[in-house]
Amino acid sequence: MNEKNQALIFELSKEGRTGHSLPELDIEEMDMDELIPSQHRRKEEPELPEVSELQIVRHYTALSRRNHGVDSGFYPLGSCTMKYNPKINEDMARLSGFAHLHPYQEESSIQGALELMYKLQRSLEEITGMDQVTLQPAAGAHGEWTGLMLIRAYHEANGDHQRTKVIVPDSAHGTNPASAVVAGFESVTVKSNERGLVDLDHLREIAGEDTAALMLTNPNTLGLFEEQIVEMAEIIHEAGGKLYYDGANSNAILGITRPGDMGFDVVHLNLHKTFTTPHGGGGPGSGPVGVKQDLVPYLPAPLIIQDKDKYRFDYHIPESIGRVKPFYGNFGINVRAYTYIRTMGPAGLRKVSEYAVLNANYMLRRLEPYFDAPYTQHCKHEFVLSGKRQKKLGVRTLDMAKRLLDFGYHPPTIYFPINVEECLMVEPTETESKETLDEFCDAMIQIAKEAEESPEVVQEAPHHTVIDRLDETTAARKPVLRYKKEA
Amino acid sequence: MDKFRYLPMTEKDQHEMLETIGVSHLEELFEDIPNEIRFQGDLNIEKALDETSLVKEMTRLAEKNRHLKEYPSFLGAGVYEHYIPSVVNHMLLRSEFYTAYTPYQPEISQGELQGIFEFQTMICELTGMEIANSSMYDGPTALAEAAMMSAGQTKKKTILVSKTVHPEARQVLKTSAKGQNLTVIEIDEKDGVTDLDHLKSEYNEDTASVILQYPNFFGQIEDLEAAEKIAHQGKSLFIVSSNPVSLGVLQPPGEYGADVVVGDAQPFGIPTQLGGPHCGYFAVTKKLMRKVPGRLVGQTTDDHGQRGFVLTLQAREQHIRRDKATSNICSNQALNALGASIAMSALGKNGLREMAEQNVQKAHYARKQLEKNGVKVVTEKPFFNEFVVRLPKPVKEVNEKLMAEGIIGGFDLSRFYENKENDMLIAVTELRTKEEIDQFASVLGGVQ
Repeated sequence: MNEKNQALIFELSKEGRTGHSLPELDIEEMDMDELIPSQHRRKEEPELPEVSELQIVRHYTALSRRNHGVDSGFYPLGSCTMKYNPKINEDMARLSGFAHLHPYQEESSIQGALELMYKLQRSLEEITGMDQVTLQPAAGAHGEWTGLMLIRAYHEANGDHQRTKVIVPDSAHGTNPASAVVAGFESVTVKSNERGLVDLDHLREIAGEDTAALMLTNPNTLGLFEEQIVEMAEIIHEAGGKLYYDGANSNAILGITRPGDMGFDVVHLNLHKTFTTPHGGGGPGSGPVGVKQDLVPYLPAPLIIQDKDKYRFDYHIPESIGRVKPFYGNFGINVRAYTYIRTMGPAGLRKVSEYAVLNANYMLRRLEPYFDAPYTQHCKHEFVLSGKRQKKLGVRTLDMAKRLLDFGYHPPTIYFPINVEECLMVEPTETESKETLDEFCDAMIQIAKEAEESPEVVQEAPHHTVIDRLDETTAARKPVLRYKKEA
Repeated sequence: MDKFRYLPMTEKDQHEMLETIGVSHLEELFEDIPNEIRFQGDLNIEKALDETSLVKEMTRLAEKNRHLKEYPSFLGAGVYEHYIPSVVNHMLLRSEFYTAYTPYQPEISQGELQGIFEFQTMICELTGMEIANSSMYDGPTALAEAAMMSAGQTKKKTILVSKTVHPEARQVLKTSAKGQNLTVIEIDEKDGVTDLDHLKSEYNEDTASVILQYPNFFGQIEDLEAAEKIAHQGKSLFIVSSNPVSLGVLQPPGEYGADVVVGDAQPFGIPTQLGGPHCGYFAVTKKLMRKVPGRLVGQTTDDHGQRGFVLTLQAREQHIRRDKATSNICSNQALNALGASIAMSALGKNGLREMAEQNVQKAHYARKQLEKNGVKVVTEKPFFNEFVVRLPKPVKEVNEKLMAEGIIGGFDLSRFYENKENDMLIAVTELRTKEEIDQFASVLGGVQ
C-alpha cells in the first residue's frame, strides 16, 4: 500500500465517456412528454461520473489496494471474529438459482431455497439449543432488537406491563443498551467483579418485578466464561425476567455448550462472525434469532416449515410482533452460512471453538509478561490486555495500535470493553496458524520494547501506510460528507 | 471427515501451545464451563461434506429453483431485476473489500472509506438531498428508521403513512413504532395514489411525519408538491421513499422539499437474492445531519495535508452513546453500497437517464399491448415502470398458467389489499424484450 492520493471517481469523469452497455430499445419510442408530464420530470441531471469500464476497474482496484482485509493479513479484532471467509461460500451464493430469485415468486418455484432456509433454521436450533429460529433479522443489532421485542410481547401477553428494565453488564457491546432503548425499555447496568464476571450480588439487588430481561454475552466481552451462568439464570427467571444471549462470541462454544442449555430464552447469532460470512467492510451481515417454546408465538412471520416433501412459508402467527424486515432476511448471506455449516459438520464446528480458544490462550500467555493482563484465568476465544504500563511511558494504546499497522496487521479492538483502562482486545480465531500468532506476538513484544526505549517510534506511528493519522476533529467540526463539483 | 482445510492446527502446534500455556490437555481450558451445561456428544446436524460433494449438494438445491436468468419475469413490487454490468461483481470480489471489517482504522481502510464517500455523494445527487449515510439494511427498515428519527426530532408521536407505501415497509414500520410507543395512521388510497383529503384530515399537531412513496407501490407518481404543503403545515417531517432508478427521470424528492429520502439501492447492480441482502439508503437535509442513524464517512486531511477519509460524527452512534444513541444500527450493507456505486459509475449520468427512460418506455408499451389484447388496465395516471391490471381470475391461477408458458408473472395484489382480489402489479424493466412483452400480453389476454 504505497499509492499516493487516489482521485475521486467524479474527478475522473469526462463528458461523453460511458461504462455501460444497456440493451437497445427494441420498441417504437414514444414521446416522453406524453408518458410522464414534464412537471414530474427531472430538470437537472444528477452528477454521476462519466467513465469507461477500464477506468472503473482501475479506480476500484486502486481503492482495494488501499484497504486491509482478512485476505491481506492477520486481523485479530476482538469481538469481531475476523476469520477466513471461504471462497466456496462466495461461489455458492452466486449460483443463479440462489442469486437471481425474486422474493415474490410462487413457493413451488423456490423449493430449493426454502429447503436451504429450513435446514439452516434446524441447524442453528441444534447449535444453540433453542426450539425455533427465524432468519429474518439482518444483523446482530437487528437480532437484539427483534429478541427484545419478543420478550416485550411475552411480558405484555402476561399482563406484566411493569417489566420495563433490561439489565446489561458494564462490559456489554454498545448495541445492547441501544437495542433495549429502541425496543422501548430502560437499560440498567450490572457491575462486573474483580474477576471480570457479572457481580451476582449486584444482579440480585437489581433484578425484580420490573426486570424484563438480562442481556448477556457468554463468554463475555472480556473473553471470560460467566461460570455462574446457571445461578444468574435462576436469579432472572425467579424474578420473572427472560435471558437474552448476545451471540457475538459464539465462536468459543460451538458443540461445547449451548445457550439453550445455559438457561437462555432468546439468542441471536452473527452469521458474519461465527459462520464465516464476510464482513463486507461493515455489512451485509445476518442475525438469526432463536427462542424457547414460550416465545415462539411472537416470532415475526413467515417461518419456513416442512410439509411432507414440500417446504413452505408459514404466515399464521397470530400473536407475532410483526415484520422486522421485508421478505425473508438476508438470504444471500444465509446461503454462505449454510455452505459453511455443511463444510464443517458437527466435528468440525467443535474443533473450530477448541482451536479458537487454544489460540487465544496461547497468545495471552506469550504476551502477558509484556503488558498488563487484568484477568488471569484461562480465556475463551479472545482476551484483553491493558496498556497501563506503556501509558506511564507516554505511549497510549492508540499509538500501539497504529504502530501495528506498520507490521501489516490490523490492530486488536481498542478502548473496548470500556471497563478496562487502555484496553486492547485480541481475538485470533481458529483459522490462523501458529506461525502467524508467533509473528504477531513478536511484533507486540517489539512494540512494548519500543515503548520503553524509543517511544517516539510508537507515538508517531504509522510510518508505512498510504496516509498518516487523520484529523478527525476537523472532520467532525466541519463535516464534508459528499463531493461537490466545482462550479 | 476429520481434516478441515480452514483449520491449520497440527498436533505438534497443539502440543507446543499447551506447553506454553502450562496445561496438559486442551480440555483444561474449558474447565470453567460447569459440567451440567456442557454439551455431550455430537451436534445433531448434517455431516461434513468434501468440497466436491458440497458443490453438488448446493447445486441440487439451486437447481430446484426457477430463477430470473432462466425465465422472463414481470415481478417488481419493491425488488427489481435490472442490467448488472460484469464489472460490478468483479470489483466486489476484490477481497480487500469483502473480507474487511468496518473501517475503524482509517489508515488501512482508505479504499472502503473513499468508496462509501462516493456512494454518499451519488445518493445525494440522485435524491437532491445534502447528506446521505453509508447505507441501511434495506428500504423498508430505512423508512422505519426515518419515522423513528422524525419522532425524536419533533417530539411528536404520530406517523402518517400512505397505504400506497410498500405493504411490507408499513409492516416493519408498525413493529418499530410499537417499540417506541408511536401511533401509525394509514392514509387511504384513491385512484392508485394517496388520498390527499384524507391526509389533510388526519394531519394535526401530534404528527411527527408524513410518509409517501414515489413512485408508489402501484408504480404511480404521487403529487409530492401538494403532499409537502400538507406535511409542512406544522413542524412535522416529510419523508419520501423512492426507487432510485426512477430518479433518473423523475424530479427528485429533494426538489419538492422532502426532509428525508429513503429507499433501496438494489436496482443498481445488486441481484434480487430472494429479497436480501439489498441496500437501504438514507438521505436528509443539512439540518438533520446530526440525527442520522448509522455510519457517515467524512473527508479530512492527514498531518501532511493529504486528503483522506474517516468515519465521522460518531457521537450519534451506539458504540459511543450506548443507550442515548439515535439508533441501534451497527452493521449496515457496506459491500452492497459499494456494488451500487460501481453500477452507478458504469451507468454514469447518461446511462442512468437512458435506463430510467427505457423503463418508462417499455412499461408503457406493455400497458398498451395488454390493452390491445383485451386486458383491463387499472392504472390511468402517470406511472414509472409498474402498473396494475384487473384479471377475470385470481392472480395465483393466472401466474400458474404463465409459468407453464415459461413466464414469471406479476405480483398478486390480493396478498396485501382486500379490495384488489384479481389485481396484478406488473413491472417492466429495460431487460424485458419486445418479444417477451408481446408473449406475456398474449397469454394474459387469453385468460377467460
